[in-house]
Amino acid sequence: MIKLENVSKTFNRGKANEVKAIDDLSLTISAQDYVVVVGANGSGKSTLLNLIAGSILPGNGSIEIEGHDVTRLHDYQRSRWIARVFQNPLSGTAPDLSILDNFRLAALRTHTKRLNIGTNSAFKQQVQDKIALLGMGLENKLMQPMGTLSGGQRQALTLLMSIMDECRIVLLDEPTAALDPRSARLVMETADKLIIEFNLTAILITHNLKDAHMYGNRLIHMAEGQVIKNYLREKKLNLTQSDLFEWFS
Amino acid sequence: MDFYLTALLQGLCFSGIALGIYISMKIFNIPDITTDGSYALGGIVTGVMLTHTYPLYISIIAVLLAGGLAGAITGLIHTRLKINALLAGILVMTALYSVNLTIAGRSNLPLIGTASIFSIVNITSDVNINTFFVLLIIVVALVSLIGYLLKTDFGIAMRATGNSETMIRALGVNTDRMKIIGLALANSLTALSGFLITQQQGYADISMGVGIVIIGLGSVIIGETLIGWLRISSVWGSLLLVLAGTIVFQLVLAITLAIGVNPNLLKLVTAVLVLLIVSLPRLSFKSHD
Repeated sequence: MIKLENVSKTFNRGKANEVKAIDDLSLTISAQDYVVVVGANGSGKSTLLNLIAGSILPGNGSIEIEGHDVTRLHDYQRSRWIARVFQNPLSGTAPDLSILDNFRLAALRTHTKRLNIGTNSAFKQQVQDKIALLGMGLENKLMQPMGTLSGGQRQALTLLMSIMDECRIVLLDEPTAALDPRSARLVMETADKLIIEFNLTAILITHNLKDAHMYGNRLIHMAEGQVIKNYLREKKLNLTQSDLFEWFS
Repeated sequence: MDFYLTALLQGLCFSGIALGIYISMKIFNIPDITTDGSYALGGIVTGVMLTHTYPLYISIIAVLLAGGLAGAITGLIHTRLKINALLAGILVMTALYSVNLTIAGRSNLPLIGTASIFSIVNITSDVNINTFFVLLIIVVALVSLIGYLLKTDFGIAMRATGNSETMIRALGVNTDRMKIIGLALANSLTALSGFLITQQQGYADISMGVGIVIIGLGSVIIGETLIGWLRISSVWGSLLLVLAGTIVFQLVLAITLAIGVNPNLLKLVTAVLVLLIVSLPRLSFKSHD
């Protein structure tokens, strides 16, 4: 599904503040893997996600998605396969646009945005039905600007937006880092539900070791730009929370 | 009364600039000041085309393309070379001065006995009334077109580009391309104002664009203030209030002149007026502290 081969990324090459964010990393992620990535700050987790999404391009190595070489493709070209949820709720949605307009764009993630009006009543109904699934009472506020909602509501909607169009891979970069515990739980549960229901391949970065233990079917521990631990299916299930806490103590 | 009618006509002529600035500044969040250059470019191209007796419809296409090209160049410099938008605009604006002078061949192009878009309508014997109707048709057409555009899927993507770039890139939009298109559109609207003003005043002048960007900015800021007061969120409402801003701005300037302010001070008055509009909300907040 996703294949990274000998990927390296160095920031500020040749300068005093040179950082080797990803160091000769090779990783294969299969379809329907739900990979949880943990690691200290600066271990390269976000860089890894950005390399897969195409927000930054690698210095060396190659990246493949579903057999396509995407190494030199930009983020807006990789959106064909990838939906994203960002750490900052503001990044995943457009605050001045209505909920409906945000969903319209999400519904066209893999399509060209054309010169016709797509926010018709049929589409409105479709969005309303989707949002009702969240049970947050937002389905009657479609015309409200996204910016009037709370961070938790926006993150939950961003998750929902990812499945408005054909979606196979979803990248979640600390989606709950900016949320209160209740909203965080709701967002994590929604993510889990969608990933399982839509058979998505997912990569989740988190600093919350409880979440890392509870969610996903694969666990990766990163340090200094490399994968140092990789637990698949049963091996992840057999990990206990205290194992995880030990890695970081 | 004629005095205020002229101000109204002028305001309608400037609606292209106001809508252009609204698109670059409010929709794309890019401070674009190519405006001075592309407005004069529009005027000069109009002058040259009409004095060479090209038909109006070809002239108007040429004006729109010229303005669009100027904006696209600013956009290319800004996105591809990663140069600050203000600087990119200043560079293109400066370069356009020479371009305009070269196209015109001299600094002033009087239009005598040439075709004019304002003589298409002939309802009354009063030239100003006829002009008013022509402008009304043009402005209604412009607002309808842009309002429609902003409601299409493409238009929503335009609005998102200025609002949340990370989001819209993740949703498959090449934001660099989008910004170039946006700046091209904004500057062809600006050039259209140059086209109208040139025919309204009967000449094109190489320095007609000096300080014109402030008219667009002032109009958009008045429009924004009105949008805030009236809590308008619809696309059409916002566009109409920006137009209202353009007309209010010209009327205020007309009143200033009518009460006897020296016309030499017009640009100073304009600048102070814009400063006042920008700072008024803040000043009034302070008194509530």
